[in-house]
Amino acid sequence: MAKQLIKGNEAVVKGAILAGCRFFFGYPITPASEIAEAAAFYMPRVGGTFLQAESEVASINMVYGAASGGVRVMTASSSPGISLKLEGISYCAGSELPMVLVDIMRGGPGLGNIAPAQADYNQIVKGGGHGNYKMPVLAPNSAQEMCDLTMQAFELADQYLNPAVVLADGFIGQMMEPVEFPRAVEKIPDKDWAIHTDLKDESRLISSIDLEPEMLEKHNLKLQKKYREIEANHVQYEDYKIDDAKIILIGYGVVSRVLYSAVDSLRQDGIKAGLIRPVSLWPFPKQHIADLALKSDAFLVVELSNGQMVDDVRLAINGVRPVHFYNRMGGMIPSPEEICQQVKKL
Amino acid sequence: MAKVLQKANSFYDIYERKSGMNKDITHYCPGCGHGVLHKLIAEAIDDFDIRDRTILISPVGCSVFAYYYFRVGNIQAAHGRAPAVATGIKRAMPHSIVISYQGDGDLAAIGGNNIMQAANRGEKITVFFVNNAIYGMTGGQMAPTTIVGQKTTTSPYGRKPENEGYPVRMCELISTLEAPLYVERVALGDPRHTNKVRRAVRRGLKNQIENKGFSFVEVLSVCPSGWKMTSEQAKDWLQEEMVKYFPLGVYKDESSKVETTEAKPHVFTIDNINENLSIPTRESASDKVEKKPQQQYRNPKLIIAGFGGQGVLMLGLGLAQAGMEAGYQVSWIPSYGPEMRGGTANCHVNLSTERIGSPTVSQPSLLIAMNAPSLDKFEKQVVKNGMILYNTSLIDKKPERSDIESVGIPATEIADELGNTRVANMVVLGAYIGLTGILDKKTLFQALPKFIKRNAMIPLNEKAIERGIEFVQK
Ligand SMILES: Cc1ncc(C[n+]2csc(CCOP(=O)(O)OP(=O)(O)O)c2C)c(N)n1
Ligand code: SF4
Repeated sequence: MAKQLIKGNEAVVKGAILAGCRFFFGYPITPASEIAEAAAFYMPRVGGTFLQAESEVASINMVYGAASGGVRVMTASSSPGISLKLEGISYCAGSELPMVLVDIMRGGPGLGNIAPAQADYNQIVKGGGHGNYKMPVLAPNSAQEMCDLTMQAFELADQYLNPAVVLADGFIGQMMEPVEFPRAVEKIPDKDWAIHTDLKDESRLISSIDLEPEMLEKHNLKLQKKYREIEANHVQYEDYKIDDAKIILIGYGVVSRVLYSAVDSLRQDGIKAGLIRPVSLWPFPKQHIADLALKSDAFLVVELSNGQMVDDVRLAINGVRPVHFYNRMGGMIPSPEEICQQVKKL
Repeated sequence: MAKVLQKANSFYDIYERKSGMNKDITHYCPGCGHGVLHKLIAEAIDDFDIRDRTILISPVGCSVFAYYYFRVGNIQAAHGRAPAVATGIKRAMPHSIVISYQGDGDLAAIGGNNIMQAANRGEKITVFFVNNAIYGMTGGQMAPTTIVGQKTTTSPYGRKPENEGYPVRMCELISTLEAPLYVERVALGDPRHTNKVRRAVRRGLKNQIENKGFSFVEVLSVCPSGWKMTSEQAKDWLQEEMVKYFPLGVYKDESSKVETTEAKPHVFTIDNINENLSIPTRESASDKVEKKPQQQYRNPKLIIAGFGGQGVLMLGLGLAQAGMEAGYQVSWIPSYGPEMRGGTANCHVNLSTERIGSPTVSQPSLLIAMNAPSLDKFEKQVVKNGMILYNTSLIDKKPERSDIESVGIPATEIADELGNTRVANMVVLGAYIGLTGILDKKTLFQALPKFIKRNAMIPLNEKAIERGIEFVQK
């Protein structure tokens, strides 16, 4: 199909609709607002519903309600708004409701600013909300992937009855690139657990409460089993010039784009650099990183945060090779030249 | 009479979900108002024959376990969020009958905004608001509806307005809104009062069955445990103290003014989906780049800068759009947000025959400066042997660098000659393609309608591009 030059944020909405999503509940926040705006524009044209809620708290709970009815539904926000949604996300995870959440990260803490950042890694990947839950977290680095990974998030959410997240930064949301849109999903999976209006099955209940510790432990064990299954089957990453790499760079989202350029220019200078880009932040490609550790000399993790993903890299490498870290914060973004300098200093 | 004694069909026969023994009685304390209200609701569901399409949202509060009892679709919601959850499921299933059942802490404190907004949107749901002037579930703390002077575990000296304010009257508040259809306050108590509650419950549900609008029924109710009273004392206190502050009655009822309609279920379809999503289905972009500009102009990394209103974002967008159609890999990234409000704007554009790494441009091979501050700001960053195009109409000095190629274009003057200052950006775009041969004019003209929304403006933009080309080729 033909290519369209489009913002990442808008590609999310078209991807979602192609994936069968017809319900969007949102609340404006820069740099994620184009997602709500595009949903407001396109949802009514495809027989769907867009509603601007009174807050992020309300919007995630509207998602919870709609998901209970078995439809594909989503919400999107940026960092401060995601903080507000966390209670609701935990409810969705506890009640095993599929839904898709998009976070276009911005600078923090507090109100911070609207420039790109990656400081929500811990809050999204490590839980954030209360309780022992996990969510598949997909990290696009292009407008095309904003569409493709949003679609994939809907599939994962339905397959595992779990919230799934697309985690991007302000740049990936605001950037325009050509996107080739895939075909629309024709039928969304039957959801025999959902609340229906013909109560053939009287046990239909969406809830996350269980007062009996034995029962709640059982429920937790079931969730953990599900998470292990996701870990075993849905690790995604991209390698770039990794085969003979001695120094391996690791970054996701817009950082990975800067790192492609850095790897190319390091190689021109005779340094054997390569890149691992985690596409799924959870499950994290820890085995892959561990495997490559033995073949390389050192790692450099680059993040737009105080060092959040780097902890997962260190766990994966487990001390067998040095793991260096370089970061920018507050909306700053490193240039390829800056990265090259860092590598040359190692 | 026999019917009154029978358990409603909308209750489970045995409460299997309830933990522990005694699965035939509820978890509520003896004399609690929740149980009575449950019964009135269940009987109404039976009588309207809507059990198979009723969805009950249980709140956080003593009625969190309402799903133990009601043989309907059940959703348990976070504290205060039942109206938002109800909104979500009702929008997804417009033909269902959605009940938001909430206590006073849940509805009037933590969920205060959610109920007001759902009411204000006129969500077609029915809210049953149990006002017992206390937090029952957590052991008798103060509620937003606790009466002045009333002692609770968190107002041990009695509620004091100077510290906690006055009790919130929800019916009064909600009835000031335009959208709600029906708002009534009733009280549980003697059979006469209970009859009124029964009627209000039915009215609230009927409004939804007839797809008319938002119904809100506040039920003053007793909490003997929280109030530390016997059932009899509690009944008296409700009638003597609560009713004084929370007058009973209908606060709003527009149901006779609204027509009955039928709510249609949501139908999923993908008919005309690409058209509705404005996704192009015809191939317009080629995959191969035909043009081969001179070595130094290939794979340009651009910063385009000026002040707001000069169309620098559009200039970049046009380049990216035409570049894509000519077969290049492209990226466009704007400076976004308040930065733009300050009056300056810039964007970064990449056109490449190879995969684009960093979409942000730290060392441009080409700077387009539409005003003087932009030249000052970005000149240093341009790579050696790079290029600067600058608008001599607004910049009266030359770039200082001698290791780059710089070309001045009187873009604003040319645009003014054409009758519209705003096409100065297209004059520069024309100059750029004329100088470098990165795109041909035909491709650019074909791309124009994709980034210029007003068709009537296209001929003028074409002319501006042509004038730019002519200027540099002279
Ligand atoms: C976010 C959150 N905060 C606090 C609580 C604790 N909590 C449970 S029930 C309740 C009060 C409920 O009171 P009310 O709504 O009046 O209902 P009642 O129990 O009196 O029927 C509170 C504060 C919670 N579950 N969640
Ligand atoms: S604490 Fe109060 S509201 Fe809760 S069940 Fe007991 S009497 Fe009813």
